[in-house]
Amino acid sequence: MINSSLKQLGEMLQAKKISSVELTQTFLDRIQQYNPSINAYISLDETKTLAQAKAADARIAAGNVAPLTGIPIAQKDIFCAKGWQTTCGSKMLANFIAPYDAHIITQFDAAGAVNLGKTNMDEFAMGSSNETSYFGGVKNPWSFDRVPGGSSGGSAAAVAARLCAAATGTDTGGSIRQPASLCGFTGLKPTYGAVSRFGMIAFASSLDQAGPMAKSAEDCALMMNVMAGFDERDSTSLNREKEDYTRDLAKPLQGLKVGLPKEYFSEGLDADVGKVIEAAIAEYKKLGAEIIDISLPNTGLSIPVYYVLAPAEASSNLSRYDGVRYGHRAAEYTDLMDMYNKSRAEGFGAEVKRRILIGTYVLSAGYYDAYYLKAQQIRRLIAQDFVEAFKKCDVIMGPAAPSTAFKAGEKVDDPVAMYLQDIYTISTNLAGLPGMSIPAGFAQSDDGVSLPVGLQIIGNYFDEARMLNVAHQYQQVTDWHTRMPAGLE
Amino acid sequence: MALSIEDIKKVAHLARIEVSESDAAATLTKLTGILSLIEQMQAVDTTGIEPMSHSQDLSQRLRDDVVTKANLREEFQKNAPALGNGSAEPAVAGGLYLVPKVIE
Repeated sequence: MINSSLKQLGEMLQAKKISSVELTQTFLDRIQQYNPSINAYISLDETKTLAQAKAADARIAAGNVAPLTGIPIAQKDIFCAKGWQTTCGSKMLANFIAPYDAHIITQFDAAGAVNLGKTNMDEFAMGSSNETSYFGGVKNPWSFDRVPGGSSGGSAAAVAARLCAAATGTDTGGSIRQPASLCGFTGLKPTYGAVSRFGMIAFASSLDQAGPMAKSAEDCALMMNVMAGFDERDSTSLNREKEDYTRDLAKPLQGLKVGLPKEYFSEGLDADVGKVIEAAIAEYKKLGAEIIDISLPNTGLSIPVYYVLAPAEASSNLSRYDGVRYGHRAAEYTDLMDMYNKSRAEGFGAEVKRRILIGTYVLSAGYYDAYYLKAQQIRRLIAQDFVEAFKKCDVIMGPAAPSTAFKAGEKVDDPVAMYLQDIYTISTNLAGLPGMSIPAGFAQSDDGVSLPVGLQIIGNYFDEARMLNVAHQYQQVTDWHTRMPAGLE
Repeated sequence: MALSIEDIKKVAHLARIEVSESDAAATLTKLTGILSLIEQMQAVDTTGIEPMSHSQDLSQRLRDDVVTKANLREEFQKNAPALGNGSAEPAVAGGLYLVPKVIE
């Protein structure tokens, strides 16, 4: 049952072969068994969770069902869920109880899905290893001495270890796709504006986007049907017709044009990861795809540009945490300024403070043109690279991350090395394009551990249904996505 | 552009984050590394390129000037921090938030 797809679970629930309470309890029991060692969840509330499961069972009994009714979903702790502790992985919000629901929480509730708990994450989603969380690191279920990736590391470990049926994540520079690659499952970052940011704690507002993290492309499509859609409470939500993301899953791939950017296969890519990606491309050829060499010449600039824009936006967004209305307030202070300074120094962790300082610096008097404006100009060059590329191909493929999961502690003292984890994912966020990572095989680490590798699929704006089709067809002829870590059965 | 300890202190003040002397030195090293990464941008000629703030280049939607949000003050004030300086009471009184005196 823990390996069943969302569609299978939905069918079992609707045929009353299992109740939502039983299914939910199965996952709660697994969480109790494995979470103390994996640390995928920050908060659990069995009473609330089981009440939702009971309500779902009543709904099923009344015949009022939607595809996800009764299915337990883990929610990244960046989403406000009314009455739930919502920390964003920070000491700053350790005692914050959300007074309202994020849009996607409302959507999952309306679909009758069950909120299984809030998952661990890098503090304010700033990190690529989940090591910046105030609530401790998360173990990679494939190898406990390695990181799960980040920032959606708790959701990633929960999906990989089957501690939920599926999970949500957010992706500002790769925070869904890089952990999906490192933990071996399917994750999708939609087109910017496809999923409402209302009630999602802000990091870099022009880049932040929520998306599904699940066992397969089909599961992600069902999640997208719930998550995506216009919401007037998010000023950048796109007002488009509601679409069915499962509609193209079964289409054959004959004639699909796949672009391979040469910049994604150059220095910096682990050789064994490269081999896995090449094997996946070969599989696509067998499925009828035509492979086209392309170039995204400004890829290397995406990291410098991101580390101007994201910290600048973060320094502005995080100015709200001042110890006045909510969040951490210092225990002792002399005056208002001292209260701000101490509350923020104590409430934020080292990486968050670094990014606020960088953001404040690049926005400070005299530097705006040299940094922020320049970064926005290069952002357009990066987006134009993709416009040119999509004249020649339907989707772009490459690695999602330059290596397999690295060991905890390995990069934590070297921010720049950590930032390079996102070299293949960041430009998609800057351009606002959808991207996904799907399991494509395993590579051996230096010490002989077999670790998952993710294939990235980048699509044109609003082309999620096609990307899900491309991923689903691969998952019909391969079984990488069905593998689960040993010892967690 | 080389950063100095003075820059760190100035930026920390602007960001309202207390940084101790020893933290300032460590922060200087890390931020210098990040800024040298960022400096790669300066090699690009961006003359005449329109800055991009949002992928869809949308303008802000307008809406009618009417109240759309419910007043959740009591709900919101349940999250008020403890007053501090020896008091564990929530920093609220009469529907307002309590902060140190700013006007004599």
